[in-house]
Amino acid sequence: MSAVLDILASVGMWEAVLRIATPFILGTLGVLLCERVGVLNLGIEGIMTFGAMIGWLTVYSGGSLWAGLAAAALCGAMFGLLHASMTVNLGLSQHVTGLGITLFASSFSYYVFRLAVPTSTSPPTVEPFRPLAIPGLSDIPFLGPVLFNQTAPTYLALALVVVLAWVLYRTPLGLAIRMTGENPHAVDAQGIDPIWLRIGTIMAGSALMGLAGAFLTLAAFNSFFPTMVQGRGWICIALVVFALWRPGRALIGAILFAFFDAFQLRLQTVVDGVPYQLFLMLPYLLSILALVVMARKARVPQALMQPYRRGER
Amino acid sequence: MSRPLRGAGVTRVLELDGITKRFGSTLANDNVSLHLERGEVVALLGENGAGKTTLMSILFGHYTADAGEVRVEGQALPPGKSRAAIRAGVGMVHQHFALAANLTVLENVMTGTEPLWRPRSDRSAARRRLADLSERFGLPVDPEARVADLSVGERQRVEILKALYNEARILILDEPTAVLTTQQAERLFATLREMAAKGLSIISISHKLNEVMSASDRVVVLRGGRVVAERRTRETTKEELAELMVGRAVERPKRPPAHPGEVLLEARDIHLSGRGGTALNGVTFRLRAGETLGIIGVSGNGQTTLAGVVSGLYPPDGGSLEIRGAPLARHDVAGVIDAGIGRIPEDRHAEGVLGDMATWENVVLERLWSPEFSRRGIVRRGAARAATARLLSDYDVRGAQVDGRVRLLSGGNMQKLILGRVMEADPSIIVAAQPSRGLDEGAIAGVHRRLIEARDRGAGILLISEDLDEVIALSDRIRAIVGGRLSPAIPAERADARLLGLMMAGDWATAAEIERQEEAAHAL
Repeated sequence: MSAVLDILASVGMWEAVLRIATPFILGTLGVLLCERVGVLNLGIEGIMTFGAMIGWLTVYSGGSLWAGLAAAALCGAMFGLLHASMTVNLGLSQHVTGLGITLFASSFSYYVFRLAVPTSTSPPTVEPFRPLAIPGLSDIPFLGPVLFNQTAPTYLALALVVVLAWVLYRTPLGLAIRMTGENPHAVDAQGIDPIWLRIGTIMAGSALMGLAGAFLTLAAFNSFFPTMVQGRGWICIALVVFALWRPGRALIGAILFAFFDAFQLRLQTVVDGVPYQLFLMLPYLLSILALVVMARKARVPQALMQPYRRGER
Repeated sequence: MSRPLRGAGVTRVLELDGITKRFGSTLANDNVSLHLERGEVVALLGENGAGKTTLMSILFGHYTADAGEVRVEGQALPPGKSRAAIRAGVGMVHQHFALAANLTVLENVMTGTEPLWRPRSDRSAARRRLADLSERFGLPVDPEARVADLSVGERQRVEILKALYNEARILILDEPTAVLTTQQAERLFATLREMAAKGLSIISISHKLNEVMSASDRVVVLRGGRVVAERRTRETTKEELAELMVGRAVERPKRPPAHPGEVLLEARDIHLSGRGGTALNGVTFRLRAGETLGIIGVSGNGQTTLAGVVSGLYPPDGGSLEIRGAPLARHDVAGVIDAGIGRIPEDRHAEGVLGDMATWENVVLERLWSPEFSRRGIVRRGAARAATARLLSDYDVRGAQVDGRVRLLSGGNMQKLILGRVMEADPSIIVAAQPSRGLDEGAIAGVHRRLIEARDRGAGILLISEDLDEVIALSDRIRAIVGGRLSPAIPAERADARLLGLMMAGDWATAAEIERQEEAAHAL
């Protein structure tokens, strides 16, 4: 018991929480944006994989870390454009398109990776983002190292939560985005083209998914391997429901999930006689439980997964 | 050449000039011209499919015309741009409200009114302006209420406010009363009159003659995509307009005398609470073979619940429903179908058909297990398709294909399909809830004819409707529903608007006296 308390009291554990949460924060914000405008983007798993690869490859070929992030965001946006052209312009099934993009982007990542690194047994590494201590604040006992000794992309993710919440709830653009997810006919009737709004928003959301992937290779680890996203994208899809489509709650959800993940990792080392796979299951079980509780309150965007065509009801 | 000035000096605010629009081989609008003066209410009258909505969609920039021009206060509007129409002061109140249910009234009104890239919405200014408008035009509404929590009448108010907020000087209302009760509609007309008096110009699209007569200065009649006539409202009559609209004299069918037989359906003291709708507090009635019992009432007094109980959707909490003297074996939908009750539901889109399924699937759904349409668990598609094709021609369902989606049908044709489906099963009892709501004159006459035929074949018909004319025309006996209770029954011959009004208001003394007299007369 005291071992468990030791884990909960350790700075290392809490420091890990924000680090683990970062890709979930970015990915969940990305899915949230797409769904707010009325489109389900199941391409996230693949887009994250591609973001992880292209981010790593950019840095490996001599680009800066920030160039790596930018490349990942740009490629994410391009996959978003592909998704939008199929689901928004052509009105095809969002499930099939999303899963198709996930399969395509995952395999394509591995293909490009193998072209760049034809033969190697251990994946080549890059020099990742280092923790950036914020002067003054990082010296606060306990809270300092936990909150203010993270890498730059983590700060970026936290800032994006605030920015996105502001955009969605305080700007005319955000209102138009939310309304498009509720009733694109209403937006059209007010003189805004919901088609363009959907395309643009899906691209922005997918760029965030690319960033989420790049965080894995450029901050959390320092190399790329094809299976590294490990279902994080799917978790983001669930976290959006848990978040009730709100950025602030998305942050809480991501942190909660990351907490269980960090906790179970450390629990494995102190509890004997229990197969470690059970601990691995813990965060997923708890997120299902949280989802069941939260989903009851969910107010799904009314036009989610409904393609918009002018003049058709 | 001097350009006409914008603003106060101009009295002709809108001109549509030679508008032509083709969809494939159909000519939806054929050289249509129309004008609107300041402060005028023009009714655009026409049957479903006459091209009214297409014309207004062109005016509002949802469609681009193949030929012709739209001028607002003398200035031509660029085609296909709703934004330009909004800027020029054209506001559209859509038939299916263009509102987002999960957003607040204020948010719905504000969307698109500020530059999209402004870093911050000015909500307090918007709230002030909305409050000012709703005060000025007498359209009270709570800006922070979620639209989903509003009644239909309130939602329409939000739609009108939205247009006014966009500084509309020309207001177009597409079938504004389609979803309103009589009282709400009257309130709307009063509001429109006031708005016109304040300088707004209004086009109201409609196929309802009563409404056109009571709420317009001028009527433009559209038929088959062309303007066939234009009349000052006070110089015309309902009959003339009906003929102009349909192209021939329409007559609603006459009801021959009834020959009531055995009691088919008997409700005894039915109670039902909750269910989201209005409760039933002791409903008792008898329905005989070969008669139509009309239930009239102001919407929200338990009509929907009553129709649901008789259709088998809701088993009652107390009381009983007997068919030919025997209680229902199972009070659910299947039990009711087995007992020979045919149902024409109130909301044909939600409960009458499965919009995204094929016509033939919709037609045979209820009778899928009959040997005619399935054998050993396998659907006999050939037989089902053949039966559907027969039904489409027998019941004159236009625009439908056996394999096409039902969603694409117009309201009138969808109702004909549902009627056909009910009649083909040869029910002994028919529950018809608001059977002609939203239909045009021609379609209404068709529905009425079928219901009268069914009655004359010996079916008992329970007609639940808010349309006084319909209830008087079709029913042999009439009851009013008030607060989940039924009034005494009066024979249709003794019904007039005043008496029915009293009954609907809950004053049943006269009705009770008439019922007593009738019973006494029959006892002799």
